[in-house]
Amino acid sequence: MNKTYKHLKLSAAALALSVGVAQAADVEVLHWWTSGGEAAALNVLKQDLEGQGIGWQDMPVAGGGGTEAMTVLRARVTAGNAPTAVQMLGFDILDWAKEGALADLNATAAAEGWDAVVPEALQAFAKHDGKWISAPVNVHSTNWVWANKAVLDANGISAPTTWEEFVAAVETLHDAGVTAIAHGGQAWQDATVFDAVAMSTGGPDFYKAAFIDLDPTALGSDTMKEAFDRMAFIRDHVDENFSGRDWNLATAMVINGEAGFQMMGDWAKGEFLNAGKVPGEDFLCFRFPGTGSQVTFNADQFAMFDQGGPVSAEQAALASAILSPSFQSAFNVVKGSVPARTDVSDEAFDACAKQGMKDLAAASASGNLFGSMAHGHAAPASVKNAIYDVVTAHFNGEYDSATAVTELVEAVSIAQ
Amino acid sequence: MAARAEADLRTRLQNWIPKLVLSPSLAMIFVFVYGFILFTLYLSFTDSRMLPSFGWVGLENYSKLWRLSHWEISLTNMGIFAGLYIVVCTVIGLMLAIFLDQKIRGEGVLRPLYLYPMALSFIVTGTAWKWFLDPGIGLENTMHLWGWESFSFNWIKDRNYAIYCLVLAAVWQTSGFVMAMFLAGLRGIDNEILKAAQMDGASNWNLYRRIIIPQLRPAFLSAFVILAHLAIKTFDLVIALTGGGPGRATELPATFMYSYTFTRNQMGIGAASAVIMLMTIAAIMIPYLYAELRERK
Amino acid sequence: MAAATQGTAIRTGRVARTFIYLVLLLFALFYMLPLYVMLVNSVKPLSEITGGGMMNLPEIWTVEPWRKAWSEAQIGVQPTGLKPYFWNSIKMVVPAVAMSTILGALNGYVLTKWRFRGDTILFGLMLFACFIPFQIVLIPMARVLGVLGLAGSTWGLVLVHLVYGIGFTTLYFRNYYAAFPTELVRAAQIDGAGFFQIFWRILLPSSGPIAVVSIIWQFTNIWNDFLFGASFAAGNGAPMTVALNNLVQSSTGVKEYNVHFAGAILAATPTLLVYIVAGRYFVRGLMAGSVKG
Repeated sequence: MNKTYKHLKLSAAALALSVGVAQAADVEVLHWWTSGGEAAALNVLKQDLEGQGIGWQDMPVAGGGGTEAMTVLRARVTAGNAPTAVQMLGFDILDWAKEGALADLNATAAAEGWDAVVPEALQAFAKHDGKWISAPVNVHSTNWVWANKAVLDANGISAPTTWEEFVAAVETLHDAGVTAIAHGGQAWQDATVFDAVAMSTGGPDFYKAAFIDLDPTALGSDTMKEAFDRMAFIRDHVDENFSGRDWNLATAMVINGEAGFQMMGDWAKGEFLNAGKVPGEDFLCFRFPGTGSQVTFNADQFAMFDQGGPVSAEQAALASAILSPSFQSAFNVVKGSVPARTDVSDEAFDACAKQGMKDLAAASASGNLFGSMAHGHAAPASVKNAIYDVVTAHFNGEYDSATAVTELVEAVSIAQ
Repeated sequence: MAARAEADLRTRLQNWIPKLVLSPSLAMIFVFVYGFILFTLYLSFTDSRMLPSFGWVGLENYSKLWRLSHWEISLTNMGIFAGLYIVVCTVIGLMLAIFLDQKIRGEGVLRPLYLYPMALSFIVTGTAWKWFLDPGIGLENTMHLWGWESFSFNWIKDRNYAIYCLVLAAVWQTSGFVMAMFLAGLRGIDNEILKAAQMDGASNWNLYRRIIIPQLRPAFLSAFVILAHLAIKTFDLVIALTGGGPGRATELPATFMYSYTFTRNQMGIGAASAVIMLMTIAAIMIPYLYAELRERK
Repeated sequence: MAAATQGTAIRTGRVARTFIYLVLLLFALFYMLPLYVMLVNSVKPLSEITGGGMMNLPEIWTVEPWRKAWSEAQIGVQPTGLKPYFWNSIKMVVPAVAMSTILGALNGYVLTKWRFRGDTILFGLMLFACFIPFQIVLIPMARVLGVLGLAGSTWGLVLVHLVYGIGFTTLYFRNYYAAFPTELVRAAQIDGAGFFQIFWRILLPSSGPIAVVSIIWQFTNIWNDFLFGASFAAGNGAPMTVALNNLVQSSTGVKEYNVHFAGAILAATPTLLVYIVAGRYFVRGLMAGSVKG
């Protein structure tokens, strides 16, 4: 594998010689942040760099949570003109690092003390072989529940903290004729819920054994069957039109009071805020019942592609701008996520985000911060998608829980 | 003598020019199509994951491929989808062409209305279709609002029927185009023959069955080629409408191939599925092309 | 044009005619539906859309989404709207369509009027090439473009579309020229006319209808392509479909459906225009050759 990339790099170097390095002081950035708020927030970064005399060539490719961008990246690298910096998630970063494609950011990291402020679980995806290879922008946490406060109040429900309380709350809503759970039936959304359910059912050790260590015993255990049974309970309490729905339409159901709960990452908050809702007054945010002290996360990072030799001055400037507390704060306020470093002031953030920042710091300190399986931070893409297949087939009634467990073990073994 | 030699050279040059003119196109096709097919064939025997790599693993990718229930689903779906799509498009296209051919007032307005879907990609119309088919906000909901409470149309949410929604949208896109091909064929038929047959008292039904439709054979064949190639390449439609769901119920080989090659980092398996797809296409198209091209000689 | 508007000699009764009109109108409604959904939702405020009732006419009419999609919406980090990408697409589509049509015409001419041993097999190979799924050529194509130094340039994209369009254009022209009287070509040859002279003076002047078919086909396919455009264009040079995709697809951001629909219609305008303007010649072009084999 390694050889392939080096071979490509050689010919890229030859190309660069023949074409001439025209725009030495520019960075070309491949990313998929194109929706209003997030793109505007990224513009802050662009202006910051332009202030230092570094041009920004934008290369946005949206779609599929970055999968389109990753396809384009492969075409670009194969063609021998990799972008300077690329937005990436979890295992993609490590995979490219294994190819020897990423530049070493250690000098910048050491000068700015990243080791001390970036949570360790996150560092696992930002470092390879002891070298910093990417600059984390944010931490999304995925085990949130979003609830319509008016709907809950009307039915005498307070935020549930255990699975049993959650079951009771859901059944109360169901009996009152309200759609208990708003959900969009797309594989990644099913898996996002499954993440939280598995964590809640088996606890952090089980989660780690099953999704991070891919231990066949844990994958095939009775606890896993229990997790699937709980998924079936959730399936029974979503409305009948859930399949294929975009997550933001599911969020709209909660906003409009048509549904009580939605299990979704913290990006859902943007929809509430955009609709003029106030956290704590109109809507509630709390951790998935039974995962109160855990945080499952995914983090966007910018990896720097090796342009031949050490990291360039522009790449270093970009990386340090990304990690600067002011950008971390400005960007994450808009994005709904929390800063990737734990020492940023929470002053500018809303109540949910303040809670998120506190949870993140606490989880990181107590070893309860885990990469999200559904979002590619627990296992490589092939395994992640193999788990998706089983979870979504079970959720759509193709498998019963026992079959799902057997299929899960088989699917993970084929994918490895 | 000199004049003759020059003339000789000219004729020889004239003989070479056609081949020279054809050669750039052929060179491009050989490199960019057949060369790449060979490359894909080679990749299917390697351990390529994220990027192409060249560790030989023999038939392992093929054996993994056939162990995936997912692949079988996509092949079955292809059979259902392609079969229905080709037949329904042909039937609707032919019917509309015949109807439009009856000296219809407003043909000039109707024809572009039937044709325009071909101009749009599903990146453009996907969301509209998705909403329309969604029972909660689309057709079903609208019918309920209009007072038809018992109306039910939830195919896209049902994994046994979702594939038919794909057929519906695909038919919407191309049946007008097929109509144009048949209409062109109908307009080329000699009216004198029809008049003569009418004198003999043949009914309209018999005229179409015995005389007109048999003459449309070339149009049927062209329609088949166009439809078959569109069916095999169907990709955007699935992504826009169902994303392969509910569950994996609407996965097709093209989406399977893309997801294994690019999103799942299992390029070897993706290449193996591509090879099988190409072999299937070849199995269907080569006899057809052979028959078609030999006949024309 | 006379032939294309003239109906059949078949006569139909009144009941049958009513039925025919009814069916034709029903299908017209069916074909219009998605466009109606897009149009009607592109002139509504977002709150009305998320409130439900996607088939309803707007309570408040607004052109704001259109303005936003065209010149203000966020495509990348800058709020440029779709406007700048329009030109990118034109720069790519025009040369690619022109070159593939010209090459297709020449190929069709050679394959029908200058036949040689094995020409049918070569044509078969070109035709089979139409069926290659684009997903598998992505990586090797990137490599070749890189080696040629065309990666990330408009000319690279033109080359890609030329290569994968040539099979179709050759098919169209070959079938069209097959019906063209070979005697005329032979006669001109005897008069001493050369290869290009015959093409230029005799075949080309009567190639209008099939050129329309070829241009419509290529224009639509190339304009609507996303995969190649996203992979082989540089950020600022990205074609319209890539920009549209950036506008309508966002994974974790707020979705402004009304702006998305307005943008989608804007992006489709050129192809729609081509169909409406050239549509009347389309049936004639198909009729004149391509379906006659």
